[in-house]
Amino acid sequence: MLTRREALLGSVLTAAAVATITAMPAAASAKEVAGLPREKVTLVAPPFVHAHDQVAKGGPKVVEFTMTIEEKPMVIDADGTQLNAMTYNGSIPGPLMVVHQDDYIELTLINPETNTLAHNIDFHAATGALGGGGLTLINPGEQVTLRFKATRTGTFVYHCAPGGAMIPWHVVSGMSGAVMVLPREGLKDDKGKPVRYDHIYYIGENDFYIPRDEQGNFKKYESPGDNYDDTVKVMRGLIPTHVVFNGKAGSLTGDNAMKAKVGETVLIVHSQANRDTRPHLIGGHGDFVWEQGKFANPPAKDLETWFIRGGSAGAALYTFLQPGIYAYVNHNLIEAVELGATAHFTVDGKWDDDLMMQLEAPKAIAS
Amino acid sequence: MSFDPVFTFGTIAAAAMIGVGITHALDRNSLEIPQRVAVGQLVMLRPGSFDHPQPGEFLKESRPVAAPIVQETIDAQLEIMKFQVSVSDYGRCVADGVCKLADARSKIGNVPVTGVSHIDAEAYATWLSASTGEAWRLPTDVEWAYAAGERFRADIDGGESDANNPARRWLAQYRTEAALARKPDPQPRAQGAFGTNSKGLADIAGNVWEWTSTCYSHVTIGSDGKRAASSIDNCGVHAVEGFHRTYMSNFIRDGKSGGCAVGTPPDNLGFRLVRDRPGLVQAALRRLGLS
Repeated sequence: MLTRREALLGSVLTAAAVATITAMPAAASAKEVAGLPREKVTLVAPPFVHAHDQVAKGGPKVVEFTMTIEEKPMVIDADGTQLNAMTYNGSIPGPLMVVHQDDYIELTLINPETNTLAHNIDFHAATGALGGGGLTLINPGEQVTLRFKATRTGTFVYHCAPGGAMIPWHVVSGMSGAVMVLPREGLKDDKGKPVRYDHIYYIGENDFYIPRDEQGNFKKYESPGDNYDDTVKVMRGLIPTHVVFNGKAGSLTGDNAMKAKVGETVLIVHSQANRDTRPHLIGGHGDFVWEQGKFANPPAKDLETWFIRGGSAGAALYTFLQPGIYAYVNHNLIEAVELGATAHFTVDGKWDDDLMMQLEAPKAIAS
Repeated sequence: MSFDPVFTFGTIAAAAMIGVGITHALDRNSLEIPQRVAVGQLVMLRPGSFDHPQPGEFLKESRPVAAPIVQETIDAQLEIMKFQVSVSDYGRCVADGVCKLADARSKIGNVPVTGVSHIDAEAYATWLSASTGEAWRLPTDVEWAYAAGERFRADIDGGESDANNPARRWLAQYRTEAALARKPDPQPRAQGAFGTNSKGLADIAGNVWEWTSTCYSHVTIGSDGKRAASSIDNCGVHAVEGFHRTYMSNFIRDGKSGGCAVGTPPDNLGFRLVRDRPGLVQAALRRLGLS
């Protein structure tokens, strides 16, 4: 008889994963890789990003990351609605990992005994083994280390994919994040001219599907497994109850609003592991936008709104020209205002009358 | 701001009458209009004067400025409900077919009714007036502020606009609001849970904001810096009061959907009413059976 844990694990992939692990040949270049310099990076919670060079110094290296999976209840809106969250490193989204092309990402993934489910990680930046998902499935109480080569530049989603019906459920429970593989020489504009950013912010957008009770109130569950049946029913309707940035409506507003100064250039990395979205900076633009997130393609210029396909991450570069409050939204405004997908920037600096001024304050219509 | 001594007493509710065939055709000539509905306790506030930051948005020399503070006077005794109108109070109006069902977050009787618009609040006041033969209405912003006393908080304001940089005011307002660090608190609590203010009113500035009868307005301030030179009112939007004063479209029942992009929205919308005392002349006429 299956235990609940085994049932939730998704038996097909478990078998596949075990088979793959034993069959996997040692990497041909293992010796070469062993000789590369190593760097250990401590990840930070979004919207912040760990310190990194924009232009690579020296040759390729192995960059070590560790993430601990945390299953825990998280509040996702002002009403106190609770998600039985599954997280990489305790945050929704999981942290952004930044490396350069031809570097190796070496991730140690830990699934503590206190968790109840099996998890893994599928890197869209990686090649083979279901993005690494086939080599990383771990039960509570296990850890695994995966290395993959960052062959392609760009922003790429990673997410949990522990087989079958578990995949979308884990993703809409919070298990996604992104990797940014920078060109070794840094970012370039559409003409090949180098561009730099003063700040980088990582925004992960999530669609959540919280079941309601007979009165229409959002339900609370003891553990992730308890909500599974109800949640899948809501998921199959394809209409999210919440669409939020960084795990909660309002998580990037007020004291947590993102900050910049006039004249500063900001790179906004935006991921959505499951569903299409259309970011828009109210009062600003995307100077250079890698909509698909892949830096080998020249960026689009002067965009008003850009499109992030579900299952991808994009990047937008913008130099703030005017001080004030900017709202960064999913420009399906119903999702932005009613479902939660709104963030703010506070931008200090000198106002430019040439760009805009109020010539006449509101007054009675001249008769 | 003055703090007049206050006295509170309960209005006797004819509980037995509640919900029993209330009719709208009241005999207004009768000297003894039966108390057909419970209106709970009233607080009687003595007349007085206080300094009050004006509601609305203010322009001086075409630039936004902080709301001017003007001395306001309440010149007759103000009779105001001690508690916000409760779920069960409001339910009687619904049962009577006059009020629309509220989008109340809590259905428990002694909890303030929430999920009500300005239109709903007006409908309740009209119904209560007809049911009691008394004149019930929403308080004005000035009356509410007077009754709120030390718990009154005006609009969160960015102060005077910098002529060269309008963004400073927006940023100042945003940061002031963020610094207040008020956490969302959506679940309404039983009447009295937020305590009583110095004037004897319960639950002022709790988690239910209250509708007033004061319209939103754009005011141009004259050369004295205080008095309105001109103003344009928009009575499709009214002032709501609580933790802070803000403005909502009349049809909004949930403050969250009415809040602007950058701001603290009210947790809930509810109301309490004031009772106008019949004028002396009217009272005399009534006594004579002439009105």
